[in-house]
Parts: sequence; C-alpha cells; structure tokens
Amino acid sequence: MTLVDPSLPDPLPHEPGVAEPADGAPVPPEPAGRLSAVRLLATNPVTVAAAVVLVVVVVLAVLGRWIAPYGENEVDVVNALQPPSGAHWFGTDELGRDVLSRVVLATGVSLQVALVSVTFAFVVGVTVGIVSGFTRGWLDTVLMRLVDVMFAFPVLLLALAIVAVLGPGLLTTMLAIGVVYTPIFARVARASTLSVAVEPYVQASRTMGTPSWFTLGRHVLPNISGPLIVQTSLSLAFAILSEAALSFLGLGVQPPSPSWGRMLSEAQGFLGQAWWMSVFPGLAIFVTALAFNLLGDGMRDVLDPKQRTVIEARRKR
Amino acid sequence: MSPETADGPVIEVTDLRVAIGRREIVHGVSFALHRGQTLGLVGESGSGKSMTVLAATGLLDAPASRVTGSSVLRGAGTTQLVGASPRTLRAVHGNEIGFVFQDPSTSLNPLLTLGRQITEPLEVHRHLTRRAARSRALELLTAVGIPDPETRLDGYPHQLSGGQRQRVMIAVALACDPLMLVADEPTTALDVTTQAQIIELVRDLQERTGTAVVWISHDLGVIGQVADDVVVLREGAAVEQAPILDVVDRPRHPYTRELLAARPVLGHPGPAPADADTPVLLRAEELDVHFPVTTPTGRSTVHAVDHVSFAVRRGCTLGIVGESGSGKSTIANVLTGLVRASSGSVHLEDTDVLAARGSALRALRRRIAMVFQDPFSSLDPRVRVDGAIGEPLRVHRLAARHGGRDARVRELLDLVGLPEAFASRYPHELSGGQRQRVSIARALALDPEVVILDESTASLDVSIQAKVLDLLADLQRELGLTYLFIAHDLAVVQQMSHDVLVMQHGRTVEQRPAAALFEAPEADYTRRLLAAIPPARPRVAG
Repeated sequence: MTLVDPSLPDPLPHEPGVAEPADGAPVPPEPAGRLSAVRLLATNPVTVAAAVVLVVVVVLAVLGRWIAPYGENEVDVVNALQPPSGAHWFGTDELGRDVLSRVVLATGVSLQVALVSVTFAFVVGVTVGIVSGFTRGWLDTVLMRLVDVMFAFPVLLLALAIVAVLGPGLLTTMLAIGVVYTPIFARVARASTLSVAVEPYVQASRTMGTPSWFTLGRHVLPNISGPLIVQTSLSLAFAILSEAALSFLGLGVQPPSPSWGRMLSEAQGFLGQAWWMSVFPGLAIFVTALAFNLLGDGMRDVLDPKQRTVIEARRKR
Repeated sequence: MSPETADGPVIEVTDLRVAIGRREIVHGVSFALHRGQTLGLVGESGSGKSMTVLAATGLLDAPASRVTGSSVLRGAGTTQLVGASPRTLRAVHGNEIGFVFQDPSTSLNPLLTLGRQITEPLEVHRHLTRRAARSRALELLTAVGIPDPETRLDGYPHQLSGGQRQRVMIAVALACDPLMLVADEPTTALDVTTQAQIIELVRDLQERTGTAVVWISHDLGVIGQVADDVVVLREGAAVEQAPILDVVDRPRHPYTRELLAARPVLGHPGPAPADADTPVLLRAEELDVHFPVTTPTGRSTVHAVDHVSFAVRRGCTLGIVGESGSGKSTIANVLTGLVRASSGSVHLEDTDVLAARGSALRALRRRIAMVFQDPFSSLDPRVRVDGAIGEPLRVHRLAARHGGRDARVRELLDLVGLPEAFASRYPHELSGGQRQRVSIARALALDPEVVILDESTASLDVSIQAKVLDLLADLQRELGLTYLFIAHDLAVVQQMSHDVLVMQHGRTVEQRPAAALFEAPEADYTRRLLAAIPPARPRVAG
C-alpha cells in the first residue's frame, strides 16, 4: 500500500492548455526552467551559511599568516594564561602565545589533514567498495577480508603503527588517517552498491552491452552518493580529531607548529585554569565540522532529482 | 455476533473526505455494507481506493492528513471511526475489523512463528490464555486450508509459498471473528491459480461467518467474482456505485465503460497467423539453466529451465506463459546475458548467442533488446529521459555527435507517442505508462530485431496497459520487430502472440500456435490456467 507523501508536490494537475500526452495519466508538471545544481544550492539559506563559513575557513587557511595578530610561536611568559582581552581576543596559553593567532594559523594544517586524508580514503575506499559490490565473487571476498583485517585494529593503533613505520610528520599523518578511514568508505560503498546493483535499471544497462565501468560511473555511483556524502562530511570532522589524537601522542604535526587538535590536547592540563585554551580550538573544529555536514546535506538534496523537484516546487510557491 | 447488528449496516460511511495538506484526495465517498455482503472498490492506481478505506477504518496515518465525514461501525456498540481516539481504534482494529494487505511476503513478521502472529490479536483483544489462543490458531489454520497446521504453527513465514502466506494473513485477520474484513488487493501479487483459491477461500469463510468484506482491487474480473456491490473510484470520487451486474451490463459512467473495455479478456482474436514460410529468427534448443543454492540441509541445485526448446519466426511474437517460478524470466535473462545457460544452444539466425564474446557479443546486444516489468525501477532515477534513451546509442557509439543523438532521441520519443519536451524530464516526473514508453524507446534505440518484453505491461493500469499493448502491436507492424512476450496473464498473451509456450517448473508444458492453443488446450496444466482466469461475467450472473 502506498500512501501519498505530503511533502511531494501535487502530483497530478491536468494543466489546462498543456497537450496531454499518451496515457492521459497523471503527470507532475515539468518545472519551468531548470536551475543548475549550484543555483539550487544557493536557494537554501542553511547551505549558503555553511558555504560562507567554509570560505572563511579557507581564506584563514591561505591568508592566516597576514591575518593573525601575533606569530604562532611568539612566547610572552609574563602574559601566560591571560583570559580573553582587548590585546588577546582568545586569551593566551601557558607560554603566553596568542590563542587567536594559533587558531588562525592552525587552520591550514587542520584543513589540509582533513581534506587530504578524507579524499584519499574516499577515492580508495569507494573504488574498492563498488568494485567489490558490483563484481561479487572471489574478488569481493578477498577485498572484504582485507577490509575486515583493517577494521579489526583499533583506529588509533593502526594509525600509530603506520606513523611509527614511516616516521612522524604532516604527510605521514595524512596518509595514516587516510588509510584508517578507507575501510569505512569501502564498507559503505559496497553495501549501497549491493542494493543498487540488483536494481532493474542497472540490469537494463547491462543488457545493452554497456561496459561495467560505464554502468558503475553512470548508474551506481550517483545512486549511492547519498550515504557517501553523509560519510564524507562525518569523516572530515573525525579526521581533524584523529589528527589531534596523533599529535597528542607526539606523532602528528610536530611542535611547535599548531594544529587545532594539538592545541586541544595541550589545553588538557589547563582545563580548570584557562578554559579559553580549549574552547576556541574546539569551537573551530565544531564550526568547521558543522559547516561540512550542512553543506553535505544540501548537496545530497540537490543531487537527488526527486528532492530537487520538491525544492523547485517550494521555490515557485 | 449480537443479533441486533444483523439488520442495519455493519459500517456506514457518509461523505468521507480526505485532504493531505491543502489538497483534497478523496471527495465525499459514501457507502454502506451489510453483514455477509462484499463491497468491491475498483479504480486505477492513484484513484484513492486504499486511501478511502484506510480513512474510513481509522488506519490512515499520513502526516498532515485530515479526514472529515462520518464512518460508523456497528458492532457491540456504535463507534464513530472518523476522528476516534487511538485507544478506541486499537480496540477496533484486529478485533472488529480485520485487514489483509497486498504483499504477503512483507505483511508477516519474518522473526515470529506463524502461531505467535495468529495468537497475538487473540491475546490482546480476547484475553485468551496462550493455550486457548493456540488451539484457536490451529482451528484457523485448518480453516484457511494450510496443510499440516499443527507443525506449521511453529514454522516461520519464509517456509511458506506466497499463496500460503496470504492464507495465514487471512487467518490472522479473521482470528477475532471481525464484523468486517478489509482486503486490499489481496490477490494482486499471486498467481492466477492461487488467486482463484484465495477468492474461493474468502467466499467460503464469509458464508460460514457472515463477515462483511470490503475488497479493493484494480481488476474488474476479480471484483466480479467476489462483490455484490461495486464502487468505481476515479481521482478520489465515486463515479459509479451500483450492484455488480448493473455495473457490468449497464455501466452509466463513461469511465466505467472505459475500464470495462480496456480489461484484457480471453477470446481476443490476437494477431493474424504468420505465413508458414516466415523464416525462424531466434531458435533455442535444449536450453538448460540451473543454479546452485545453499539450503539449511546443504547445497542443492535449482533447475530453473529444464531442456526447453522454442523457435520464434521473424516479425512474430512468441508468448511465454507460466506462474511465478516457471522459469520464463530466466529464459529472458539468458538471452540478454544476465544469466549463463548451463547447456543447450540459442541461435539468432546464424549467430550463436551463448558463445558470443567480445565484438560479436556487442553486436548481439544491439540485436536483442529487453523491456523490463517495473517502469518505476527500470529507469535510473538520476538520469533524465534523454540520457536513458541515449545511453545505448552512446555505449555503441551510434549517432555519436551530440546533435545526432538528440535527434535520434526525439525520433524515438515520437515513435512511442511521447512529446519531445519529455526529453528533459526525470523519471519521477512521468506516469507509469509514460515511463514504460520511455523504456520501450530505450529498447528500440539500437534498431533491435528481437525485443524481449518481460511482464512489460503487468504493472500498468488496465486502460494504460491496453494503450501500451496497442503501441507494441503497431511497432511490430511498422518496424518488423520480433517479440518474446513473457507474461502471466493469458488474456494479454492471447491478444499479442502468434505462438505460445506454456511453462511450469522450468519445463515446457505445451507449445503451439496461439489460436489452436486457446481453442483447445491439450495439457491439463494449460486448462487449469485457463479455468483459473476470472471470467468476463460476474459470478452472480451465474
């Protein structure tokens, strides 16, 4: 039994003046003048806000050096652990370094870690996942057992092992986080591919003699994009935190360079005395992660044609 | 049942209106139903059949829905179901009103034993002990004709066939001796022989218990077999409301006449027989397909197609009929390369279909196209109509330049009777019939010689099915297409086919020219299939 989803636009107005095509069946009207995905994204204020936040974050990452009022390692022991004031908006840390400047200057590193590691995990994981889910058979078994092995290690332990082997540094950190997140993407992609691969439209594509890579790119990937987008926006936030954990253990970004995660872990000992040391880098992570999530939500809606029709109909009203 | 309810109607629905948001979906439907009577609700998809009954019985819980009017149930007391509290409704549902839904594979809980699912309403509403409920459950399973009911009580839904599951659903619905049974397309997902059995079962139980039945169906044939009175719904309004004989013999509303004319009925003349010297285009010999399956008792083999041979002549249609599990779709899948044959041969003229590889296989894919059953899932929801129709062209590098492909897409849309403007639409912006036309256009994009139609009209409403069948017949004449027409509906097969292959359990039962087969079926199984089809005349006509 199907109930009408009231969130959908009215499905069947027989518009006067529109030639009724064959079947005379109820047809939703075609949205007049389709908007591009970007223009549609721009109609959602929440998505726009998220995009603006991310633009600011990127600008800070690129121009941080000129924006930050102090240097990242300008030690001023006399003014250590000062609360937020006119001179130090976000206060100072235990060495008297300006927290605002460090938050700004850490943006680049944190963003780089998040984007590079998640991109790596996405590309490798999704490729493994859809190939696995689409081909099935022995390849699927082999790939998935590999993924299981990776899952069996605690995330941090695996990252630690990788960093230990390759030596600490920004690049290794990004690689380690990327490798650790790969199996998650592989699993999500495989599970969604399994359900999409049996859809008649995928079978229809195969009966035409379509090569597998074409079917995968044209039919499978777009139809599993919903869960992948959600997973990506979650992972971006978690990658920033993973970097913090690695830095805390002295294996991530090396001191004295700041990263949001590193600042959080350094602030741990001063939670009672200097709340600003942890709150501001924490806020930076929170706002960035939230922006990624909201932008992801908006993109998922716009990329789904059904949701698009709803958005377009809402706009017209 | 108390005697005072025997006279008045069991349920009386007056001016029932349902609105979702600001839009009215059901526009003032009224009906009354007496004890022992069956009311048929007929209409095409989206006509508001289910919505009406759900609203009338208080089961509608669509968000932002508003139900007005009145629906009075006269059981032990008199209950107004419209606007009733959830508490009142809980006491009525499963107790005074039983429900049987369309899909028996999803309406039973896979994790609970059948016994538990039948005893649940008894324990809740009748406060029976486990033991008493169990003995009542046994009685019910026996009544609905489940073999070996004692063991079945501890069995699970997956151990039953579709028909048996629907019988169990009926047992659950009737557990508390309801005043009224709501059957929402209860036979639509079943084979025609199983459908006949379920219809018989409900009628039989109704005679014994006097339950009033509301039977919702899109199929006038089925309604003719069960209903005393009929309400014909269209776009949420009752366009005709009369005893079944009047509706069939003296339909007053043009829509009712249209529905009656469109339903596929046995006895349609079918296409003119092909010349005897028409060459064979597609020939399968001793085709055999088996799959390994893992069962709790170990590995075994399912013999999906068992040494089947057939030949299709150029420009003709071979109809393949059989019930679910007869192997007809497996044949289609072998021809399109979705399933590998275990042995046997298939030749398209001189090309060996099963042995083709590489470029020969690509060439073959252009010659054999397929139209799938479900127009809602056979088009990618994220690809526009022009992309869908253009895909085979793109893959085979035909009409390669963009303009050329667009022109071909427009030509194909025109061929299947859709306006060019549809090219830029997404599938969800089309109706079921239009989507199936798009699927047909996609299949025709490569100028195939053979088109496999696997239940391609089965999920369409009758009036749309009739139009799509006409379109297919026209295309066959115009383009000289050869069809493999797979269907479970014998009437449709008769209308479309030159020759017919009847299959059961993967084997050939009978294979003859359509006219001869329908005139005088030789095999018992074919006769049973034909006998199970609801006749054109309603049962009350005698």
